[in-house]
Amino acid sequence: MKNLKYLLVGTFFGLVLTKGEAISWYRMQEMFRFESFHMFGIFMTAIPVGALSLFIIRKFNLKTVNGSAIEMPKKVYHSGIIIGSLIFGFGWTLTGACPGPIYAQIGTGSLVTIATLLAALGGAFSYEYLKKYLPE
Amino acid sequence: MSILYLMEILYKPWPWYVAGPLIGITVPILLLLGNKKLGISSTLTQICAACIPSNITSLKYDWRKDSWNLLFVAGVFLGGFLGGYVFANPNPVELSASTIEFFKSHGLAHPQGLMPQELFNWASLFSIKGFLLMIAGGFMVGFGTRYARGCTSGHGILGLSALQWPSLAATASFFLGGILFCRFVLPYILDLH
Repeated sequence: MKNLKYLLVGTFFGLVLTKGEAISWYRMQEMFRFESFHMFGIFMTAIPVGALSLFIIRKFNLKTVNGSAIEMPKKVYHSGIIIGSLIFGFGWTLTGACPGPIYAQIGTGSLVTIATLLAALGGAFSYEYLKKYLPE
Repeated sequence: MSILYLMEILYKPWPWYVAGPLIGITVPILLLLGNKKLGISSTLTQICAACIPSNITSLKYDWRKDSWNLLFVAGVFLGGFLGGYVFANPNPVELSASTIEFFKSHGLAHPQGLMPQELFNWASLFSIKGFLLMIAGGFMVGFGTRYARGCTSGHGILGLSALQWPSLAATASFFLGGILFCRFVLPYILDLH
């Protein structure tokens, strides 16, 4: 099971999201209402740490633990970036969760969030189904 | 460091300056372990490809090749279980007074736990309000993130860390969507009976 390590990293990531209250419906509304620094503080420290580590990886041409090359992430622009993200933003307020926190919310014992996950799967499936009709 | 001190850290919520950097460090951990890119919304497509039989060509790919991310989100679930159930914070989320006031003015009880129980429960799922919050909301999260090819992790954390301008457009758009919806639509939904 060479992929088992990702279960561990995922557990770490989920624990941090949960303990940082980034999976809290309450915190999301507070963030969207600009009434606390908490969530902004999380983004404003997470991104520079990520950026600095990418810089170090590139600068020293670091390899993976198996010695293979590390590719830098590349994101391509298309009209779905704006339209899709706006739709996601609406859903983010309603559910109080982006995709990661949905899994963590279920883990905290809020089992009804399974309905949110199933609906999100329905949304992802509908996108694949409707893809050819959407501007891209 | 005593075991009691360690327990206290596990039960307490973590401040932003602890949670934020630890979220950021996940980016290089995944790259160094196996050139993997942080991104969660892709797992929604993965589960569709693995579980829903269909004739959609874009879902007919070998999802097993990227099965690492299914283990990753299984871990996120476990992390939620550890942080929010086993070591759940016994105290309510320390929200700002104005946010609590907003909730109260729309009929919500004083915050308890991470989610409002009175909105997110099985009975509420079959009311209009619960349907909008969980089903319509979940649908928009799934549809929107796949249309945008990424969510808060893939665009907001990884994409911005890699200075990708499409990710900046995505992050600005989902924040804008959230801010507008929270201001102008959510209050009406909370007022539904």
